[in-house]
Amino acid sequence: MKSFDIIIIGAGVIGASIARYLSRYNFSILLIDKESDVGMGTSSANSALVHAGYDAVAGTLKAKMNVAASPLWDDFAGELHIPFKRCGDFVVAIGDKEAQKLDALLERGQKNGVPGLRIVPRDELIQHEPLINPAATAALWAPTGGICDPFAATLAAAESAVQNGVKLLLNTRFEDFIMEQDRVIGIVTNHGEFRANWVINAAGLFADAVMHKVGVRPEFKITPRKGEYFIIDRMELALNTVLFPVPSEISKGILVTATMHENTLIGPNAQNQLDKSDKEVTHDGMDEVWHGAQKLIPSLNKRHVIATYAGLRAGGNASTPDPSVDYHNDFVIEIPAEVKGFVNLGGIESPGLTSAPAIALYVIDLLKDHGVKFEERADWNPIRQSRPKFGHLSTKEQKALIEKDPRYGRIICRCEMITEGEIVAEIHGPIPAVNYDAIKRRTWLGTGRCQGGFDMPLVTEILARELNLAPTQISKKGEGSEFLYRRTKQVENPA
Amino acid sequence: MTQRRKYDVIIIGSGPGGVAAAMAAKQTGAEHVIIIERDIEAGGILLQCIHNGFGLENLGEDLPGPTYAQKYIEQARELGVEFMLETMVLDVTPERKVFATNKYEGVIELEAGAIVLSMGCRERTRAQIQLPGSRPAGVYTAGTAQRWVNIEGYMPGKNFVILGSGDIGMIMARRLTFEGANVERVLEIMPYLSGLSRNYVQCLLDFDIPLQLQHTVNRIIGNDRVEAIESVRVDEQFKPIPGSQEIIPCDTLLLSVGLIPENELSKKAGVRLDTRIGGPIVDDEYQTSVSGIFAAGNVVHVYDLADWVTQAGFRAGAAAAKYAMGKLTKKNRTITTSGGSHVRYVIPYSINPDNLKEHEIPLQLRVSQPIESPVRVVVRAGEKEITRKNEMYARPGEMISIILQEKHYDSIMHTDELVVDIIER
Repeated sequence: MKSFDIIIIGAGVIGASIARYLSRYNFSILLIDKESDVGMGTSSANSALVHAGYDAVAGTLKAKMNVAASPLWDDFAGELHIPFKRCGDFVVAIGDKEAQKLDALLERGQKNGVPGLRIVPRDELIQHEPLINPAATAALWAPTGGICDPFAATLAAAESAVQNGVKLLLNTRFEDFIMEQDRVIGIVTNHGEFRANWVINAAGLFADAVMHKVGVRPEFKITPRKGEYFIIDRMELALNTVLFPVPSEISKGILVTATMHENTLIGPNAQNQLDKSDKEVTHDGMDEVWHGAQKLIPSLNKRHVIATYAGLRAGGNASTPDPSVDYHNDFVIEIPAEVKGFVNLGGIESPGLTSAPAIALYVIDLLKDHGVKFEERADWNPIRQSRPKFGHLSTKEQKALIEKDPRYGRIICRCEMITEGEIVAEIHGPIPAVNYDAIKRRTWLGTGRCQGGFDMPLVTEILARELNLAPTQISKKGEGSEFLYRRTKQVENPA
Repeated sequence: MTQRRKYDVIIIGSGPGGVAAAMAAKQTGAEHVIIIERDIEAGGILLQCIHNGFGLENLGEDLPGPTYAQKYIEQARELGVEFMLETMVLDVTPERKVFATNKYEGVIELEAGAIVLSMGCRERTRAQIQLPGSRPAGVYTAGTAQRWVNIEGYMPGKNFVILGSGDIGMIMARRLTFEGANVERVLEIMPYLSGLSRNYVQCLLDFDIPLQLQHTVNRIIGNDRVEAIESVRVDEQFKPIPGSQEIIPCDTLLLSVGLIPENELSKKAGVRLDTRIGGPIVDDEYQTSVSGIFAAGNVVHVYDLADWVTQAGFRAGAAAAKYAMGKLTKKNRTITTSGGSHVRYVIPYSINPDNLKEHEIPLQLRVSQPIESPVRVVVRAGEKEITRKNEMYARPGEMISIILQEKHYDSIMHTDELVVDIIER
């Protein structure tokens, strides 16, 4: 049986970030995920925001992590080459009634320690965002709010971890713990058993099931809360910042935001459900998101929609550790007293992506408090290099790149200007992209106006060639999602 | 490989419009003419259109798409047109600089006396019609499936449902049936066919493939691969009628829900577009709002027949060559055109009446709603009728053309606007 110091269950942005920060120390670490790629759950379908921290209830772990993480993002994104921009965000009040609510948000933000918050008048808001609803009366301005590419963050953290010696096993499903009295000593997976001194639960939507296997928090429950989104063509609409409506009791509301890919993203709604795999977009949901977004940007045009998708938030039901704070959907980040060798995380919904680096450091502190010895590795490399993005380069850089590798001269995705060189680099990357969606998430190919209509046959051919497979073996997102059935000129049911 | 950096006419795209434009540019006297094409061979989407029906108008022959393309490509080569293949145009500037890239020469900068945009069109996607449901493999546009079957030689499914009665969808229904697949049915949200009637007869009726009008896909089902779709009947406002849902098991959903002129490069060049149709606003010589930049074919508006795209290409290429040589007829007068009763749009958007002395000017139009009874197409200047023609019916899927000739010159000379009406007889 293979043995590690630490096993992390779940390679979403939280598990990958914990792995990356832990890789600095002299541990043998195993990171597992049941999916064929990292970040396949909430981490690749969310609002792609780095929150300033005025929204979380003061005194909660959510507020603490969010405010601690916000300043970490400059280094986190800088060292790992994660697309990130501190563009600032507005909470936009429409009408006088909403304007009054901004003061409470401002106060909450100041209590949380968010820097630079202030209420701006209508004119200043319009200067930043000329397309805003003319009925806007005022806004709360948070200069530290920002946007990022959440899948890129997950991948970058996981790659950094892998480059620093973390073992990553994909398609590896946690099944049970191996116990010795009240101590976790390993896990059982579909690919065998692994031993460890510590097991960290970063299973996202499935964190409740994992902790229940070890008898921790039997009352804790993840309720998936679906959010639906639209992406608007960058040629038709461009914003400079993040625009929130004044929040309701249950949600930050339907926002309209710039993205790192220069498109505009609108969403999400919030629909509680039972099914942890149902990511369907619905008529009602799309109507709700559209109308919500039109409140902020009335000129939105449905003809300019280039993509729709839905994601699931891993909403939990844990109360805040401080009993004086009345809040019941807080993060769980703990080493429970009743089990040894187990770090438990759960309910890491928004602002989970923002909080990822702070959560990783918090987990390290928890382990230190429990007597784990941390010894820095001399050869730890904090820098994870990104791979060239042809469309982002100057003409001179493009020429130099093609000279080195002519495949960068062949455009495969015309809308997003993705080259064969970039695709091949991802297929042979540190965490190889072995299906269409994996390449799409890494390069942003197929995400534009034609939604892959042009590139899909070409990418299929490149994947087959590079992986030495038949085109019929190439899939959209792993086994069971193959694009093609058979060659033409063959009979369907040969006798 | 490119021979030079400066060309009289640069043409972007080697579909029927681009190749015709190049031929005409040469025949008109332009010396250096080049077509830039992103694929490994010239021909554009015609190469995957292996069905017949091409050339009936222009050649008096009934040809498959690739054969039709090849006839013109050979003529273009004989005329001395250069082809730069496997090359993607990255940018076009209003000053007529063209930036392109390929794996042999890297980033290339070219200059043109005139440019003809002939990038064709792209298919509307699932996102653009906001189809609800999950996001499995097995949802493709009809054109993507056509490329897979006809170019790559692979079958993208076994049991198909097709949404939309566009021509490519109907043609693929027949093609997939030939290849042993089962095409369950074709759904169309409108109360009428969106493609050509002849395709309905030859591709659906002849193969017993049911067409359900006023039906759409309500939901896509399946996580990894499509497992079924839920269809639904819609009312006049396209709202689903409760209780009319039906689960149709299938592994593939093809979308044939419309084509959009492909104009990202036109936008970069500063060309003004018609936001309703998506194509450049062109005059009767297919010149856009940017001087020296012309546009021909589906990049302007989506044609029913490749033959007509070829004709548009000839006109645009000849004008582009004249422009490059400084010989384009001076515009003393501009008469705008517009759609009147029942007419959705008229191409071109304006005409130079002096051109009538050299050649006819066809006005191309589409109706907004089908009229299944005899109609009269009337071109008028104010209340004055200029010309008319009769049609047996008028359908949105079938373009109508009416010709202005030299004899109309005097009667339109003093008007600012021509209006085209369709009147029930």
